[in-house]
Amino acid sequence: MANLKELSKRPELLSGGHRLCAGCGAGIIARQVMMAAADKPVVVANATGCLEVSTTIYPFSAWKTSWFHSAFENAAASCSGMEAAYKALKRTGKVDKDIRFITFGGDGGTYDIGFQSLSGAMERRHRMLYVCYNNEAYMNTGIQRSSATPLGAYASTSPVGKVKKGKEQIKKDLTKVMVAHNIPYVGQTAVGYWNDLTTKVQKALETDGPTFINVLQPCRLGWGYNPADTAVLGRLAVETCFWPIYEVVDGKYKINVKPKEKKPITEYLKLQTRFKHLLRPENAGIVAEIQKNIDENWAWLQMMEECSNKAGV
Amino acid sequence: MADIKVEKKKGWKDLPACDYLEAGSAAAFETGDWRSEKPVWIPENCIQCLFCWVYCPDSSVIVKDGQMTGFDYKHCKGCGICATECPGKKGNKAIKMEAEKK
Repeated sequence: MANLKELSKRPELLSGGHRLCAGCGAGIIARQVMMAAADKPVVVANATGCLEVSTTIYPFSAWKTSWFHSAFENAAASCSGMEAAYKALKRTGKVDKDIRFITFGGDGGTYDIGFQSLSGAMERRHRMLYVCYNNEAYMNTGIQRSSATPLGAYASTSPVGKVKKGKEQIKKDLTKVMVAHNIPYVGQTAVGYWNDLTTKVQKALETDGPTFINVLQPCRLGWGYNPADTAVLGRLAVETCFWPIYEVVDGKYKINVKPKEKKPITEYLKLQTRFKHLLRPENAGIVAEIQKNIDENWAWLQMMEECSNKAGV
Repeated sequence: MADIKVEKKKGWKDLPACDYLEAGSAAAFETGDWRSEKPVWIPENCIQCLFCWVYCPDSSVIVKDGQMTGFDYKHCKGCGICATECPGKKGNKAIKMEAEKK
């Protein structure tokens, strides 16, 4: 796969001057995905969300490629429609270029609102890559909880006070849901691993069929941390096994990054104001539950990798 | 009763198909004035790893022929990710953040 020097010689498809926050992880993800895809013509569909709003404030656009926005809930459907039209044009000889299709959606536009259109597009086996930049809440509209918000995290609709201690439910594991669609490529990664993300994007774009990548994106506004630490926090999520980096190719699990030593989850929680209340002694039970969920998921993932290796699925 | 004229609703053929924006026109909008700290490049400590470039959310690290050559201060928002990611040479960082002067 392409190294940094090679990637830097490709055209930059996302210009500066967009209005994402300073230190925004979504900007990093969009740039890295586009630099991995820039060797071929690429069409982008974007769900409503931070990335869409901030990169295309009228009359400006930061995108230097074909880009399409329609609504919050149907980015995957829009992209699948464009892909179907492209296939028809290619079949009748009106287009001869080899074009790739990418959809960007936040966790709100992917886990919740755009979920059924994503599921439909994957089931119809369109050749498209769906990238979810997952910042674990509706950051664009004021940090409301989504189904990606983790247990115990503060959000404006899961507040912290005398009675409530942040979100009371565990998050949905969308990556596993996408694996259950039996699509040829599903990946999970985080900001802070540029090589892993660009490699996964290149693999996904080479796959003839629907593909999905879930990228954990630290949000300096909603998570509450120093903006310079965006990539540091992404790596910490992986080192604590809060957000394992793995891929599922044709049903076969592979963990791409195995931390040398699994750090305790408090290392990750203490850097973010959304988890600040969990460090108080009376909330130790919630931290223990988060740690237990992480341990169980990590053990499950290692078991799945082992099974895949043994069975040679 | 006065005559009330009801305008005929526009059909779908009369509505504009969509709004078109010029590709990459956001570059004309300068976000550099958001900055309270600016990154300063120290070439002698630079090992050309390009981590600053790959992690910049604002496409504000200028790379020519695979070499880091400086910053685009018109768009850099001063987040400091480049300075954090910079491994530097022998522990000396090649990017440091300096307070913006008025």
